[in-house]
Amino acid sequence: MEFLRPASWQEALAAKAEHPSAVPIAGGTDVMVEINFDQRRPGWLMDLNRVPELHEWETGEDSVRLGASVPYSRIMENLRAELPGLALAAHTVGSPQIRNRGSVGGNLGAASPAGDSHPPLLTAGAEVEAESVRGSRRIPVEEFFTGVKRNALAEDELIKYVHIKKATGPQQFSKIGTRNAMVIAVCGFSVALHPESRRVRAAVASAAPTPFRATEAEDFLSAALDEEGLWDSDRIVPPSVARRFAELCSAACKPIDDVRGSAAYRRHAVGVMARRTLTWVWESYRNGGRGGARNDEGGTRCA
Amino acid sequence: MADATRLPTTITQVSQGTAAKGGIGESTLRPDGTLKVTGEFAYASDLWHEDMLWGCTLRSPYAHAEIRSVDVSEALRIPGVRSVMTHDDLPAATHYGLEIQDQPVLAKDRVRYHGEAVAIVAADHPETARRAAAKIRVDYAELPPVYDEESATREGAPLLHPGRDDHHSGHVAHPNILHRQPIVRGDVAAAKAEADVVVRNDYEVGMQDQAFLGPESGLAVPAEDGGVDLYIATQWLHVDRDQLAPVLGLPAEKVRLTLSGVGGAFGAREDLSMQAHACLLAMATGRPVKIVYNRYESFFGHVHRHPAKLTYEHGATRDGKLLYAKCRIVLDGGAYASSSPAVVGNAASLGIGPYEVDNVEVEALALYTNNPPCGAMRGFGAVQACFAYEAQMDALAEALDMDPVELRQRNAMSQGSVLPTGQEVDAPAPVAEILRRVKERPMPPQRQWESSPSEGAGTGVDVRALPGGLSNTTHGEGVVRGVGYAVGIKNVGFSEGFDDYSTARVRVEVVGGEAVALVHTAMAEVGQGGVTVHAQIARTELGVSRVTIHPADTQVGSAGSTSASRQTYMTGGAVKKACESVREKVLRLGREKFAGGHPAWTEGAELRFEDGKIVTAGGEAVAALADVLEDEAVEDEVVFRHRPTEPFDLETGQGFGHVQYSFAAHRAVVEVDVELGLVKVVELACAQDVGKALNPLATVGQIQGGTTQGLGLAVMEEILVDPDGKVRNPSFTDYLIPTILDTPAIPVDVLELADEHAPYGLRGVGEAPTLSSTPAVVAAIRNATGLALRRVPVRPEHLTGTGTGADA
Repeated sequence: MEFLRPASWQEALAAKAEHPSAVPIAGGTDVMVEINFDQRRPGWLMDLNRVPELHEWETGEDSVRLGASVPYSRIMENLRAELPGLALAAHTVGSPQIRNRGSVGGNLGAASPAGDSHPPLLTAGAEVEAESVRGSRRIPVEEFFTGVKRNALAEDELIKYVHIKKATGPQQFSKIGTRNAMVIAVCGFSVALHPESRRVRAAVASAAPTPFRATEAEDFLSAALDEEGLWDSDRIVPPSVARRFAELCSAACKPIDDVRGSAAYRRHAVGVMARRTLTWVWESYRNGGRGGARNDEGGTRCA
Repeated sequence: MADATRLPTTITQVSQGTAAKGGIGESTLRPDGTLKVTGEFAYASDLWHEDMLWGCTLRSPYAHAEIRSVDVSEALRIPGVRSVMTHDDLPAATHYGLEIQDQPVLAKDRVRYHGEAVAIVAADHPETARRAAAKIRVDYAELPPVYDEESATREGAPLLHPGRDDHHSGHVAHPNILHRQPIVRGDVAAAKAEADVVVRNDYEVGMQDQAFLGPESGLAVPAEDGGVDLYIATQWLHVDRDQLAPVLGLPAEKVRLTLSGVGGAFGAREDLSMQAHACLLAMATGRPVKIVYNRYESFFGHVHRHPAKLTYEHGATRDGKLLYAKCRIVLDGGAYASSSPAVVGNAASLGIGPYEVDNVEVEALALYTNNPPCGAMRGFGAVQACFAYEAQMDALAEALDMDPVELRQRNAMSQGSVLPTGQEVDAPAPVAEILRRVKERPMPPQRQWESSPSEGAGTGVDVRALPGGLSNTTHGEGVVRGVGYAVGIKNVGFSEGFDDYSTARVRVEVVGGEAVALVHTAMAEVGQGGVTVHAQIARTELGVSRVTIHPADTQVGSAGSTSASRQTYMTGGAVKKACESVREKVLRLGREKFAGGHPAWTEGAELRFEDGKIVTAGGEAVAALADVLEDEAVEDEVVFRHRPTEPFDLETGQGFGHVQYSFAAHRAVVEVDVELGLVKVVELACAQDVGKALNPLATVGQIQGGTTQGLGLAVMEEILVDPDGKVRNPSFTDYLIPTILDTPAIPVDVLELADEHAPYGLRGVGEAPTLSSTPAVVAAIRNATGLALRRVPVRPEHLTGTGTGADA
C-alpha cells in the first residue's frame, strides 16, 4: 500500500487524477476500520490532513460552507444554531474520540445507508462540492447517494465542501440503536421545518439501500399545514395529521432484515420517530423557534 | 530474555501512610491501575522481540465441511514466509482439550465449526503472514450442519465425533450428547398431585461472549535446551503447559510459561487459543513467534457462553410454598468439548436456585453441534438456569397474586438447607436477607431525566437518562418504569471431586535494612485483583510493609485457574498458609538467636508479626524482624487445598459436589420506551454476602462488573449464528456490550458472614452478581411492559412485536 500525502488541494487533485483508485482518508474512523479488518486493501491511501481548507467552515448569508474534514465535535460546538439537525446527528456519532476525528466528508464518501449525517443534510438542503483536475461541480445531496456504499463521485473527484442551507426553522434528528451510545443506526430520521417556504422536509437513514427523503410524507404534511393554516396559528398539529405523516414516512421505507434489526421493526420505528420529532419541531416553532437561530433541541441537554 | 521488551516484571507495593497498614480489609489500590488507565500497561499484545516472526491462522469459512485437500505451495513461495503448517506437519499429539482431548490443533480432513483453525503461517511481517494465509488453497466440500437438539439427535444425524471413547460416552443416549446430568430427589409426581398452582414455561438464553478487551496474544521463544518459553495471556498457566507439552512433543519442564499482561478473561482464556500455534511455529523456524488476534479473529478464537433452551415447571401451594420443581436444560456445546461437562454439572446442581424444594427432577445436557464451541464464562452454567428459575418465581408469584420478593423469601434456603444434590449448605446462606436489603432501598426518583424547571424555560430533558440515550429518540414519550427482583446461587471453586489446589512461595529477607516479602505464585492476574490481595495477605501475616509480587510463571507450582470465583480463596489461601509456615521458621530462628534474651522467646508464648517487629500478645516488641533475619532469607512453598468434593451420581445427581456457595440479589429499576422497545436501566442495586471483603473497593468493583455483564446479557449481548452455523456479528460494531451510558448506578450492599471453612471466612465474589442481574433486569422490563419475555437478550423487536420468523 502506497501512502500519498498531498500538501495542498491542487496536489490532492493531481494525485487523485494520477491514482483514481486512491482512497482519501482524513479522520480514518471508517477507512482504518475496514483496513484493520482486512475488508479493504487499497493500492493507494491519500492523507488529506495537510489540506487546510478541508478543515475550515464559513457561514454565509444563506448557507454554511463546511470543509469535508471538519470533525463532528466542531459542528456540535460551533454550528448548533445554523445547522441544528446536523449538530444533533453529530452528537449521536460514535464516541467523543470518534467525533473528534470523523467528518461529514468521510460520511458522504463512505455513503453508508446508515450514515448519521445524511438525513439532516437531506432535510436542511445541501449540495456536495466535488472537484477534480477537470473542474468543480455541485451535486444536490438527493442525487449523491446512488446505492449501498456508492455515491455520485467520479473516480478522479474528491469532496471539498458541503454547502448546507442554514436553518430557517426547527430541525430534529433521532436514531435507533440497541444501546444508549456508540452505536450504528438501526434506522435514523430527520425532520426540518422551512417556514419561509412553508415546507417540511423529512429524511430516513438505514431503512433502504440509500438514505432518502420521504417526499410523499413531506408533501402531505406541507399541504396539511397550509390547508389548516397552522403556520400562522398557535395550534398544534392535529394528531390525525401527525399520524398520517408517520404512516407515510414508514411506508416510504424499503428496509431489510439484518443483524441489527428486522425490517418490520425499522418500518415501525421510523413511524414513531417521525411522529415524535414532528411534535418536537412544531412545539419549538410555536414557542418562537421560527427564525431558526434558537437552539432547537427542545431543551435537550447532551453530553 | 535478550532483545525482548514489554515482558512482565515484578511489582513492588508499599503500604501507604502510617494509619493504614495495607493489610486485609483495607482498600489498597491496584498496582496496575494507573498504568492501565494511562495506557502504559504492557499487555500480551505489546510483547516484542527483535528477531520475532508473526504468526497467522487460516480458519474455516464453513461450519461443517470435508477438507479434500490443502495446498500450501503458493503460500510458501511468498518472500518473507518462514513456515506454513497444516495438520500433517504436527510433530506429536494432534489433539488437545481441557477435559476431553477432542480438539485438533489444526483441522484434519474435516472442519466442525465456522472459524476452526486449518493452517498456520509464520512470516517476518504480519501483513506477509496474512497474505500467505490467504494463498493457502483448501478444497472444502460442505456437509450438512447439526445445529440444535433435534438435528443433533435425529435418525441419521451426522456425528460430530464418531467413535467416541471419552468417559462420558458410555452414559449418554446419543453420541452427539456430550454429557448429561440428571438430579432426582423426593417424589415429584406425588408432590404435583398436591399442588394448588403449577407454572410451566420454556425459556431461551442467547450466546453471550466474554468480550474481553485484550485479544488473544502471546510470544513463543525457542530455547537453547530445545524447549520453548511462552509469554502468554491466560487464566491457568499450568493447564496450558500440560496441554501444550504433548502437542509439542516435549517434557513438561521444557515448556515454560510466563504470564503476560492480561486484558480481561471471564472464562474465554481457559481453553488454548494461539498457544500451540505460536510454539509450533517457533520450534519449526527456530525464531520467536508472536501471534495476536484482531477483534474479528478473537470472536472465533475463544469459546462463548452456552446458549440454552430450558423448560421449567414449578408447583406450589396456595400460600406460596414450593412443592416441586422440574427442569430440562439443553446447552449447546458446539463442536468441541471444552469445559461443557462441568458446565452441565453446574447447570444441573444449581438449576433450582437458592430455594428449598424437597421434590426435584432436573435434567441438564450439552450437545455437540456445528455451532461455535462454548465453554467457560463468568457464571458457568448457573447463569442460564438463574434466568429461567427467576422468571418462574415471578410467573408463580403472579399466578398466586403474591409479592414476588415475598414468594422468594418464603422459599429461600438458609444455613442447614439441603440442596437437590443432597448436599447440606453448611455456611451462612442469607438469601432472604439480601432480598430484603435490595427491596428496602429507596427508589430512584420518578422521571429522573427531567431537570428542575429553571429560567422560565420549562422542564429540561437529559436524554442521557432516557431510553435511547444520545440517540434522542424520546423526551419522555412512551416511557414506562418497571421494577424487578432476582436472586441466585453460584458455587465457588472446582467441583465434583476435582483435586483443586493452589501453590504459593513466600520469602522474607532484609533489603536495605527493612524486612520485605516476596510472593511467588502462578496465579493469573486477569483483572480480579489478586496481585493486590496477595500483598495485603503478606502484610497481615508477616507484619511487613513492602511486598514484591513475582511474575506468575511455571517455575512455581500450579495456582489453578483464575475462574470459578476461586483465586482469592485458593491462591489467597496458599499465600496465607505459606506466610504461616514462614512465620514458624522465623520464630524458630529467633528462638535460636535470642534464647537468652526476652523471656517470650523461651516461654512458648504466642508471638505476632506487626510493623516489622515480633511482638507479644500484649503488644510488647521482642525483636525487629530484620534483626531476626539478618542476612538470611526464610522461604517456603506450600500447597493449599479446599475440602474435598465428590462427583454427582450419574443417575440421581446426589453427592457433596461443591466446596462453597455464594449468593447475590438484585433489584433492577428500568425505564422502557414501550413504543420503540428501547430500555434504560436506571439502577441495579445489589446485595451480596462475601464472607469477608479482603479488599472492599475491589469487592465492590467485582460486583459492579459482574452486574454490568449480566445487564449486557439481558438487553444486548448475543453472538448471532445462522442456521448453517456461520457467525453473523463477529465485531464490536454488531456485538454490543454496555457503554457507560448503559451502565446504571449500582449501589452495593456487602454482607460479611464468615464461612468457617474458608481462609479469613471469605467467599468467592466474582460470579454471583452476573447471575441475578440478568433476570432482575428482564423482570423489570416485564413489569413495565406486561410482556412474557422468555428469551434473553431482550431486543426491541420483542418489545414491539416486530420480529422476524423465529424472533417474532
